[in-house]
Order: sequence, then structure tokens, then C-alpha cells
Amino acid sequence: MASDGARSAAVAGADAPAEGRVAARRLLTGAQAAAEAMRQIDPDVVPVYPITPQTPIIEAFARHLAEGRVHGEMVHVESEHSAMSAAVGSALAGARTMTATASQGLAYMVEVLYLAASLRAPIVVAVGNRALSGPINIHGDHSDAMLARDSGAVQLFAENAQEAYDLMLCAPRLCEHPEVRLPALVGQDGFTISHSAEPVALLEDAEAQAFVGPYREEDALLDVDRPLTHGAFAMPDAYFEIKVEQAKALERAEGVWAETAAAYRRLSGRDVAAVEAYRLEGAGRVLVAMGSAAGTAKDVVDELRARGEDVGLLKIRLFRPFPRARIAALLSGATAVGVLDRALSPGGWPPLYAEVAATLAGQVRVQSFVAGLGGRDVGPEEIHALFAALGGAGGQESVYLGLGRGGWR
Amino acid sequence: MNADAVRLRDLARREEAAPRFLGGHALCAGCGIPVVVRTVLNAIETPVVVVNATGCLEVATTRYPGTAWNVPWLHVAFENAAAVASGVETAERVLRRRGRLAGERPTVVVFAGDGGTYDIGLQALSGALERGHRLVYVCYDNEAYMNTGIQRSSATPAGARTTTTPVGPDALGKAQRRKDLTAIVAAHRIPYVAQAAISHVQDLAAKARRAAAADGPAFLNVLSACPLGWGTPTRDSILSVRLAVDSRYWPLFEIVDGRYRLTYEPARAVPVSEWVGGQERFRHLAAHPEMLAALQAEVDDAWRRLRDQVARDDARSA
Repeated sequence: MASDGARSAAVAGADAPAEGRVAARRLLTGAQAAAEAMRQIDPDVVPVYPITPQTPIIEAFARHLAEGRVHGEMVHVESEHSAMSAAVGSALAGARTMTATASQGLAYMVEVLYLAASLRAPIVVAVGNRALSGPINIHGDHSDAMLARDSGAVQLFAENAQEAYDLMLCAPRLCEHPEVRLPALVGQDGFTISHSAEPVALLEDAEAQAFVGPYREEDALLDVDRPLTHGAFAMPDAYFEIKVEQAKALERAEGVWAETAAAYRRLSGRDVAAVEAYRLEGAGRVLVAMGSAAGTAKDVVDELRARGEDVGLLKIRLFRPFPRARIAALLSGATAVGVLDRALSPGGWPPLYAEVAATLAGQVRVQSFVAGLGGRDVGPEEIHALFAALGGAGGQESVYLGLGRGGWR
Repeated sequence: MNADAVRLRDLARREEAAPRFLGGHALCAGCGIPVVVRTVLNAIETPVVVVNATGCLEVATTRYPGTAWNVPWLHVAFENAAAVASGVETAERVLRRRGRLAGERPTVVVFAGDGGTYDIGLQALSGALERGHRLVYVCYDNEAYMNTGIQRSSATPAGARTTTTPVGPDALGKAQRRKDLTAIVAAHRIPYVAQAAISHVQDLAAKARRAAAADGPAFLNVLSACPLGWGTPTRDSILSVRLAVDSRYWPLFEIVDGRYRLTYEPARAVPVSEWVGGQERFRHLAAHPEMLAALQAEVDDAWRRLRDQVARDDARSA
């Protein structure tokens, strides 16, 4: 269950007076919300290939195009591999470029996503996060995003439809920033967010457009008077330096995101900071989660707090670059940290856990929990079970929450 | 002589005045690829933007921080050059429409080898052709994966020895026939398709110019030469390819809006054995006249079918 968008807005609005500038609150699914952000951004080129649960995003965008609300072009490519390839060509040519995908489609894009990052192509990708095959499964988890973890792309995760809109609108400003210039994956959990309608507050079109600003490509391929070679062959004498430079650009994205989030807060009254501290004041036992599960976790934290338990939630919106220092600081008072992953790393620790555990090494005990694979519900029961186990014995291996609750024998 | 014939002197002048592809690259002596690249780029009169698939050309011309390219050039990966070019071409159109790009319209030219075109890039190529992007896709076909060390591709002819189709007591080189990619491309009903060869530079230049003028996708399948992979003396590259053309193994023709036309007809065809005979990769066939006879029969049959098609199209036009 995704959390109530209205509550998130109200919480963020407490320290920001701009709520009155919000143009409209509409009932939108996460997919529609992402498509609304794309309509307002009005990108030049949108190469796409259909895959569930991304299809409502590209269908909505196609209607915006057919009905004259946007003025770029879609390229109806024959695969996601070609979608990302066309996107790289288009972005480097000098055009603002966005696409959308999920699951196998993202997997198919991954080869070229690494190249997009290396070629510093600032492509925004809406992702309806979905399990990877096999077995084939169309429902939500984070295994697709984790396959792209080391691609060099920025990765953001939305908690609900509101954030799917907010993050999509903020992503171009981050990834097109001259200090960054990298692709960005903007994740929303498949079906749980992409297909669930919630009230979503939208900026006015002109405000949104002014916030995103014009697309600038200093080294555009189409500048025929200044011919440049893009994508040269790097031998051992150059490859290492190029990769480290690229990695530093992604690290710089954390600071640029902080500026972007501050500007967006002033404009919208909503917070899109790298992490959200939810009731961390005085919290000993803290859950770290990403995506829609964070919404459910907020309800459980409220419930347990009402019973006097010292629990809290740290929600991660920005997974790449991973905001290490911020997380270590926010969890400096924690006595036990539980990390909820919606992906596996068979034979190793799950990805989010590994990241948090390395960040907090020697600081506090960190336990691994896995839930919600292949669209299995992550409900209040799972979160209650997590908090019940947190700080207790065990911790030598991941705890699987909701396993065996599929309803079949 | 065609009205749109290209004079070699004009190509040479253009290259002297404003070279688009520079020397100092690391392509082998006798390699046919620079002939393809220079002829095509010198023949096209508009500005160009080049998209290059991974392969010999890319590796040998852009070792960081050097480059042999004096035109905008982009390489992304092996199998996706047609898709990358689709994005560049779309961006060009949109930016112009939105008033963010001015000046003469560039031609988007793709260079890819047979591995990147016949095999791993075929899906992306097919998609780009079906969508109708205005680009000139040039396949430099040297009949194997030469960059990785002479492995067989679907453009490798039957009987050819490669490092993955070796010759031994139980094997006589590649067991399968080569793919007819030009026909596959033609099936997309794009405005311009042609076969060309490095032995016939004026023919190639004229085709490049027509390809660039086409209102939609254009495809050139150009037989190149690889002395290393073929086992031919470096000085004989042009001669080898001329024998491929003169034996009718590699006919020179074009398909304009679906109509076939021969652009060169050898006065008297040389036997296929002459094309095959000069190459180390076919040496074992000398002991297998039945394979040579099968190859000759296949070439004769394909030539008859091509000539019939040309005659039918001529009759329709008349």
C-alpha cells in the first residue's frame, strides 16, 4: 500500500509556505503522474518500447502528443536496447530526451545505460519497478533497478504517485546539471504505485517549465562546425581516469540534488530530499526502506509510537549516489537498524542492506530483511514482524518477511 | 555515362580542400574500409554526422585521445548503430522544427561492418528502416568478424576458412551459405538500396550521393577487403574485389523505390574460381572441385534471377 499523498504534502508543508502555488490536485496513478511531469517538461525526443507496467506512461504521453499538448517526437523503436540507444544519440545530438521502461526492458537497456553514463548523456528514464524473470512475473519489486545499480545512472525511488510526479520533474534539473550530466532512473513500484490512483498536486505548467529550464548541450553532435568525437576507444592508459571522473560526477549529484530539492521545496512546498527522516527523534530501532513500502511503514511507526515504542523510519529516495554521510548522521542515535530490501543478491547480502551496513559499519547493528519479491504484498503485518525481530537475536542471515504467504500449497 | 556520374577529380579536390577522414589511423595496410569511408564522405555534399558501430573502423580511428574524424562522430556500441542514428536523426528534425537548430541539414551516415549489420545489428537496422529515418547506412562488408580475429559471420561465404570455421579432416570451412542482406533490406521497401564495391569507386560515390538525396532510409552494402582475413597480398585488395564483381559473385546494382537496376555489367564474366583462387581462406577448395562448382552454380543462378528482375522492372518502367 502506498502512503497517503496528502499526508506527505502536509508533513513537508509544515516548513514551507508555498502550498498556495500548487495549481491542481488530481486523482492520478503513478504512471499518469509521471506522464503529467513529462507533458509539462515537453521533451524533444522520447524513444519507447512497451512493457508492463510502464505502458500507461507511454500511452498517456502518446495521447498528449496526438492531442497537441506536447511538441517533440516519440520514436517507436523495436526494443528497449534500441530505446536507450536512440536516447543516447538524441541526447548527445542536443535534444532533451526521456524514456520509460520496466523489468526485462531495463535489463535489456542496461548495456547501453552504462554507455549513456560514460558518454554523459542526461536521459531521464521513468521506471515502473518490476521483478526480473524468471519465473516471469509482471509485479513490483526492485530487482530491475538493482541490475542497473552500477551503471553510473542516478537512481531515485518514489514512495507514491505524488513523488513519482515530483521526482520526474526534478530529475532533468539534476541530471542535466553541468556538474553531473548523467542518466537518471526514476523508480515507482510497479502496480502498487504505477496503477494506484491517489490525489496528486501538480505545479502550474509554466512554473514547472521554468523550474526545469531549457536543455543545454555544450558539445552537441549536431554542431557540424565544431566536429567532436564521442565514444572513443580507451586503452589501459586512459580508461581508469575516465571511469573515475564519471564516478565523481555521480557523487557530485548528491549536492546538486540537495540544491534541486531546496528549489523544489520553495516552489511546491514538498520535500524530495535524498532521504526522509520519519519520526527519527528519539528513535532507537529504525527501519530503512525505499519505495511504496515506506508508506506502509509510516503507518506502522505511528502505531508503535502510540504504544510508546522507540521506532522510526529512514526512507531513501536517492539510492545512487548513496547519501552515506547523511544516513550515518541521521542514524547516529539508533540502537538497531533493519533494512528492508525488495531484491536479492543471491549468495550475498541484499543490495540496500549491503549499502547501509557498509555505511554504518562499527556504528550500530544492522539486520537484513527481504519482502515483497514479485509483487508479494508488503503490508503492516510484515513491517510489524520486522520491528518485532529488530534488535533481537539472529542477524546472521536475511529474514524473509511474508514468505509462505502466497496462498497456494 | 550517367548524368549524375561523380568525377574522381572532384572527390580528390574535395578531400584536399576539407578532409573529413584523416590519415594517421591504425587500419591495416591494404584494408578496404578507408576507401569506403573516404569515397562515401567525399561524395556527400551536405555536412555529415557519422555514427559508427564497434569494429575495426571505430577501434582503429579513435584511440583516445586521438581521432581520425574531422566530422561529428559518435560510437556507442556494436549492435545499435542504426538505433543511435535514429535518435540523432529524430533530434535533428525536432530541434530544427522547434527553432533550436539552423544551417544546412546534415546527412546522418552510419558505418558498420558485416558483423554489426548482418548479425548483431540486424534488429536495430530493421527497426530503423521500418520507421523511415532519413539516414545513409553503409555496411563495409569484409565477410567475417575481422576486428576480433577473423571469426565467421553470416556474411562469410560457404567454404571460407575463418578462425571459428577452420579446415580439417571433418570440416571444409564455413558449412553454410552467406546471408543475402541486400534482399532483406530491400524487403523493407525503403527508397534506396545498393550493392557497391571498393573496386568501383565512381560507382560507389554515385550511389552514396543518391543515398544521401533519398527521402528516407538508404542502404549501401559495400564489399570491402581484408588482406589479413582473406589471405591476400595487401597490394591486391582492389584486384580481389574487382574479381568478386567481374565473376558476378558481387553484382553492382541499385534498387530505387523498389526498381532494380544494374549499375555495372562485366563484359565477360570471369569464373568464380578466379575470385576464390587468389585467397588463402579458400585454398582448400582447390582439392574440392565439387564445392567450387556448387559456388559457380549458385552465382550463376543468383545472377540470372537478378537480371530477370532488372528486365521486369525495365519493362514496367517502359
